[in-house]
Amino acid sequence: MNLNPVIWSLLLPLLSAIVLLLLSQRIKWQRSISLFASSSLVLITFYAMGFALSSTPQTYALGNWPAPFGIILVLDQLSGLLLVITALLSLAALWCAVRQNTDQQGVHFHVLWQLQIFGLNGAFLTGDLFNLFVFFEVLLLASYGLLLHGGRRQNTKAGLHYVVINLLASSLFLFAVGTLYGILGTLNMADLAQKIAHLPADNQPIVAAAGLLLLVVFAVKSALFPLYLWLPKAYANTTAPVAALFAIMTKVGVYAIIRVHGMLFGENAGALAGLHLPWLLWLGLITLLLAAFGTLAATTLRQTIAYLVLASVATLLIAIGINQTQTLPALLFYLIHSTFIAAGLFLLADYVRQGRPQHADRLIADFAMPRNTLIGGVYLFAAIAISGMPPLSGFFGKLLILQSSIQHPYFWWILATILLSNLLIIIALVRVGSVLFYQTLPRERCHDSALQTQCLPPHINPQGCGAIVGLLSIGILLTLFAQPIYQITESISAQWQQVTLYQQQVLTTAPFDNPNKTLYWEDIK
Amino acid sequence: MEILIAVCIGTLTASGVFLLLRARTFAVVIGLTLLAYAVNLFLFAMGRLQIGLPAVINAQANDYADPLPQALVLTAIVIAFGMTAFLIALAIKARAELGNDHVDGLHRANDETPEQETPTKSRNNGRMRNPI
Repeated sequence: MNLNPVIWSLLLPLLSAIVLLLLSQRIKWQRSISLFASSSLVLITFYAMGFALSSTPQTYALGNWPAPFGIILVLDQLSGLLLVITALLSLAALWCAVRQNTDQQGVHFHVLWQLQIFGLNGAFLTGDLFNLFVFFEVLLLASYGLLLHGGRRQNTKAGLHYVVINLLASSLFLFAVGTLYGILGTLNMADLAQKIAHLPADNQPIVAAAGLLLLVVFAVKSALFPLYLWLPKAYANTTAPVAALFAIMTKVGVYAIIRVHGMLFGENAGALAGLHLPWLLWLGLITLLLAAFGTLAATTLRQTIAYLVLASVATLLIAIGINQTQTLPALLFYLIHSTFIAAGLFLLADYVRQGRPQHADRLIADFAMPRNTLIGGVYLFAAIAISGMPPLSGFFGKLLILQSSIQHPYFWWILATILLSNLLIIIALVRVGSVLFYQTLPRERCHDSALQTQCLPPHINPQGCGAIVGLLSIGILLTLFAQPIYQITESISAQWQQVTLYQQQVLTTAPFDNPNKTLYWEDIK
Repeated sequence: MEILIAVCIGTLTASGVFLLLRARTFAVVIGLTLLAYAVNLFLFAMGRLQIGLPAVINAQANDYADPLPQALVLTAIVIAFGMTAFLIALAIKARAELGNDHVDGLHRANDETPEQETPTKSRNNGRMRNPI
């Protein structure tokens, strides 16, 4: 058996999804298999990442077709990093879902979960533009199911918006892919990049239009202004583990922009180089400000977190727009941090919701929840991390991004926007924290009213809180081991700069020689 | 033939976008379907319009039609089919739960307060909203 980590990080979730579908009546079996698959995936992705760090980009030719014709999976350090993040996040969120019985609120939770991971991994690994579309559809279809899982009315409404806007984006994706194929005659990203570099001047406007159309598509996925309106409602109304997993979904858009636009319209693209950068920078700055205002205007804790996700994605998109040599490692560092902390916050919000049966996580004063101090302390920790205050990892991420932009002509605009929005976010987080954890009503009020039932101390199911500890402790690890992790992201960035190496590696992938082959094109002739 | 195909794609896209901007879920579903048709035609056209040529390389024929767009269209059709089916199911669910087929589920003021159970559900029995 071929133990190639590239293909197994796809096959494992896919196969386990199929097995889980067959066992749909046995929840215990489902849980064990799903958890086993997720934890094995963590090992596989770590192995893949270690493999990628020590070598050139690895390719896997699906169906044994050589490069520009067949579909190629490529594992380089960038995709390896995202695989690791996805696998860790999935394991933590799945653990929480199992312990909190979220998976029993509807059928096929685990199947959809594994298919979602399959789609995510595929989108990170593929080296083919159309295949990227297919994996986007896989992960989106699974995410529609997960979003509506165990849903209420609000959920359906938000889900409808999410589905319609993503279907529209899929149509635009196909238009862009079709245009690129019509002009350049290939869909392999490495091949596309080479062809764009030698594009005749007549065809440049059409390819530029296709490139910007692709940017619109990825902007929908990563929730860039003005295409972010679906995000806060969708994220705030779904179940906690799903919202936590969705912390990676917006990063898929960011990754796709880095991968597709960075390669197709990178430095070697001639007249079309850097086509997307000014758009990303300015729209990113606007998104960041609006997200900061959104955190101030939010009426529930989960809405606040959804806007925080938006703010972190906006910061990443700004970092892509800055496009200096030191920006990519800073961006990746911030990406690791923001994904895990936002996911941890979403899980935490669920415990807050359980502790306040009256008002759930709405920002209205209520009786103190059980273990108020503990939950409040965890919230404080996560708030410091996500708002980018020292000493936690968010501070390093933002500092590195700002540091890399010093040479940029619009440095002061970038600095002012990031710092101002940070201030607004801090104010919003302080407000949320003080309403939820400080402005508690005294219990004595219960005795003189007819509301005895309301005053029974609510029960918080503490199961699965290890997931929060795990996710937030990654923030601590990022702080303690900032130097080695930054070195890894620098190495990723260094490999990313060698685009020609990647192209060479992809385009020279030779098919395996199969001794049992019976039919070949030469034989037919 | 080029003009005919171009007009077809343009009309389908324009109708699709128009319907997509309607407020009823049914119109939105039809709009997305039309848009998917437009995309399929467009992908076909991107393999260049040729008539009477074999799709797979044939030793006797001088030329052949580009088989890749056909494969892409096949994939796109399957995906669009599945997505439309899902969207219709979702639209019916939304119609049942929100009480109307407006895309924003309007005409119910209490939709704006999140996490609220519907009054018909028994879990809410007799509880008062505000303890203070």
